[in-house]
Amino acid sequence: MVGAAALLAGLTVLAAGLELAGYDSGTALGALWSGAFGSWYALTSATLVRAVPLILIGLGLALAFRGGAFNIGGEGQFYAGAIAATWIGLSVGGLPTPLAVAAVLSGAVLAGAVWVAIPVLLRVRFGVLEVISTLLLNFVAEALTSLLVQGPLQESQRIYPQSDPIAEAARLPLLPGTRLHAGLLLALAGAVLLHWIFARTLWGFRLRAVGLGPRAAEIAGRIDSRWMTALALALSGAIAGLAGGVEVAGVSYGLFQNLSPGYGFTAIAVALLGRLHPFGVVVAGLLFGALEAGAGAMQREADVPAVAVYVVEAVVILAVLLSESARRHGAAMLASLSSVAPKAPG
Amino acid sequence: MPALELRGIHRSFGSVHALRGADFSLLPGEVHALLGENGAGKTTLMHIAAGLIQPDRGAVLIGGVPRPGLSPRTARKLGIGMVHQHFTSVPAFTVAENVALGAGWPVAPDALRRRVRKTSERAGLPLDPDARVDHLSVALRQRLEIVKALAAEARILLLDEPTAVLAPTEVGDLLRVIRRFTSQGGSAVLITHKLDEALAAADRVTVLRRGQVMLTGPAADTTAAQLAVAMIGEGAGDERTEPPSSGARSDAGPLVRLEGVDVAGEGELGITLRAASLTVAAGEIVGIAAVEGNGQRELLRAIAGRIQPLRGRRWVTEPIAFVPEDRTTEGLIPAMTLTENVVLGSSSTEPWIRGRTVDWRTAEARTAALLEELAISVPGPWVPASSLSGGNQQRVVVGRELSRRPSVVVAENPTRGLDIRAEATIHAWLRRAASDGAAIVFYSSDLDEVLALATRIVVARRGTLIEAAPGATREELGALMLASG
Repeated sequence: MVGAAALLAGLTVLAAGLELAGYDSGTALGALWSGAFGSWYALTSATLVRAVPLILIGLGLALAFRGGAFNIGGEGQFYAGAIAATWIGLSVGGLPTPLAVAAVLSGAVLAGAVWVAIPVLLRVRFGVLEVISTLLLNFVAEALTSLLVQGPLQESQRIYPQSDPIAEAARLPLLPGTRLHAGLLLALAGAVLLHWIFARTLWGFRLRAVGLGPRAAEIAGRIDSRWMTALALALSGAIAGLAGGVEVAGVSYGLFQNLSPGYGFTAIAVALLGRLHPFGVVVAGLLFGALEAGAGAMQREADVPAVAVYVVEAVVILAVLLSESARRHGAAMLASLSSVAPKAPG
Repeated sequence: MPALELRGIHRSFGSVHALRGADFSLLPGEVHALLGENGAGKTTLMHIAAGLIQPDRGAVLIGGVPRPGLSPRTARKLGIGMVHQHFTSVPAFTVAENVALGAGWPVAPDALRRRVRKTSERAGLPLDPDARVDHLSVALRQRLEIVKALAAEARILLLDEPTAVLAPTEVGDLLRVIRRFTSQGGSAVLITHKLDEALAAADRVTVLRRGQVMLTGPAADTTAAQLAVAMIGEGAGDERTEPPSSGARSDAGPLVRLEGVDVAGEGELGITLRAASLTVAAGEIVGIAAVEGNGQRELLRAIAGRIQPLRGRRWVTEPIAFVPEDRTTEGLIPAMTLTENVVLGSSSTEPWIRGRTVDWRTAEARTAALLEELAISVPGPWVPASSLSGGNQQRVVVGRELSRRPSVVVAENPTRGLDIRAEATIHAWLRRAASDGAAIVFYSSDLDEVLALATRIVVARRGTLIEAAPGATREELGALMLASG
């Protein structure tokens, strides 16, 4: 409900801005719509393809945030996964497809975990805030990608700063006639699994307890909060790495600079907009995937810069955060005064 | 003319009618105690006087002038200073910086330091302007809160439960400071639920109950019994005077045994516990009497297995129930439901743990049954713990811990900040646990509680334990607790 209202607000602000800037907002919004949902191809090959990495990284971040770790490094871990996936994908041509894909994706998971291991160690050993270390490692990962595609991983013809395409065997199967790959199933299965972990398992409960009340988790629950938060951070990095591997094996088939249009950052908004609930993350990921898909069409057809769509994203996030904080404010007020109405015991 | 007057104040929060036509007046130069159970509306009423909350109906008059739509800023300008129950200083700033922040003084280092020192000393509340707030003790932090209000030129101090965090001697100091403030023409409201304190410190008392004024009058003409009746209705306070039960059973071996245990100091008020030896048998209730920061916290946490001792030997029979001092950060998670909070403190042998998964339906049913058994009246086990009053939160914590049929119960300040009724409940539960064969060790910053509940008293002073003689009086214990060297 709030989400729909926020989206409406975002689109309204975009339309108003476009009118003020002299664009025909009707045409632009029409292009936005048709680019995202206008055809079967737009839906599958544009919207869903963009939603997959957002959902995957968003799920990992939801896990981290629930466990009290603020991983801002999804972008860097995504690149780490993509690098490993490319590296492995180039050399598994001889393997049967399931094995090759498994090798590529597990390499990506591992790379994401290794990339986040530095912030994890810094936090556990020295108390360095992961907000800063994960953020900074994003830039390192981007620079490393750019180094690799001009060096060891550059295509054999040595013209463009990009890798050779990975082996056919290492690619994810596609939905016929579209660019939609099996990564979507992985993302949806991941959401279901994560929901089950949060809702049913003791581990998931302890993770949430650590995120909501680390001291109480330790003292009343005898849970090692520090270890739990570190583990949540590590897992979120591994999942972001997986997203990078899925992108390489399902969409790009290779590594190049700007492989990610900021998926790792947008996924933070996706996780928050989805209220850290796995199914919420799926919905928010689809919404942002659609906006990014529509943005491309808007640029082609109405000559509106694609970045204009960030206005919508920003307004949606602000609106949701505002309503959230208003709600919390109300709740806190009620809580501080709930002491005011004691139910008469006995 | 009253310095502050509240007339016919009504205020609701959602469906909760917090104040129902409350009247209150504060005369110049008086200390006025505002009494009531948790949730009676004391804090809400004072928040309205400080402009933090707007009343639905009714008038706020400051110096005889009606102030509709009073804002916190205006209230401050009119000389109202509120000292909140939860401190509002910036931990990483120095005392001087916090005062400057609170009073809007310019931050010119030397002049500011001198000014802060002068203000605090004139009020009888000396503070080191350069000390960082996170290095201050609780008592000094509270002192800072008062100095901040005085620096902002408050003429009316509203103090919300200021004595809850203080040791007995510190309470005396605070009350003297308040007296000094009022003798210089200021007026003060002292929110409390301690009857003796109200009678000893105040010129007048007002008792709130469920948002209505039940009694108001000069403290000299009021007895503790009258106040208790006004606070909680007829038949109050009976449970409190119940004598301690018989104590140790000879047949059982000790359930707690410490020998020569050293424990490193914990937190800001921490002190190292040295060579502590303590034995507690089944059925005993050992009360630790101590002024805050004398090693009692380290002792209790070492018994409960929450801190590893540096050296020495520790035998404690599991399962151990632990009631930490701070219920909202250590005892439970306010944002979680009651069911989740019960599951949080449970061991892996509970019926709702199925391997690695949680059977929430069973957990919720058991929680509902527990709430029922403990007569905690809440809408249901699915409400967040934050929606409960402090008394009910503590009932949930203690009830959860005792429901595990513990051999040993360790409780820190188990009734701090609770009203008489909640206190009586918690005491009754602890006594029942003891008579069911548990060994109980507790600490209370309220010496009267130690005397009322304990079958044996041990004094902690500067990290060492001293066994008090049986039948020691309040004065004898006080001397032991405060003796130097």
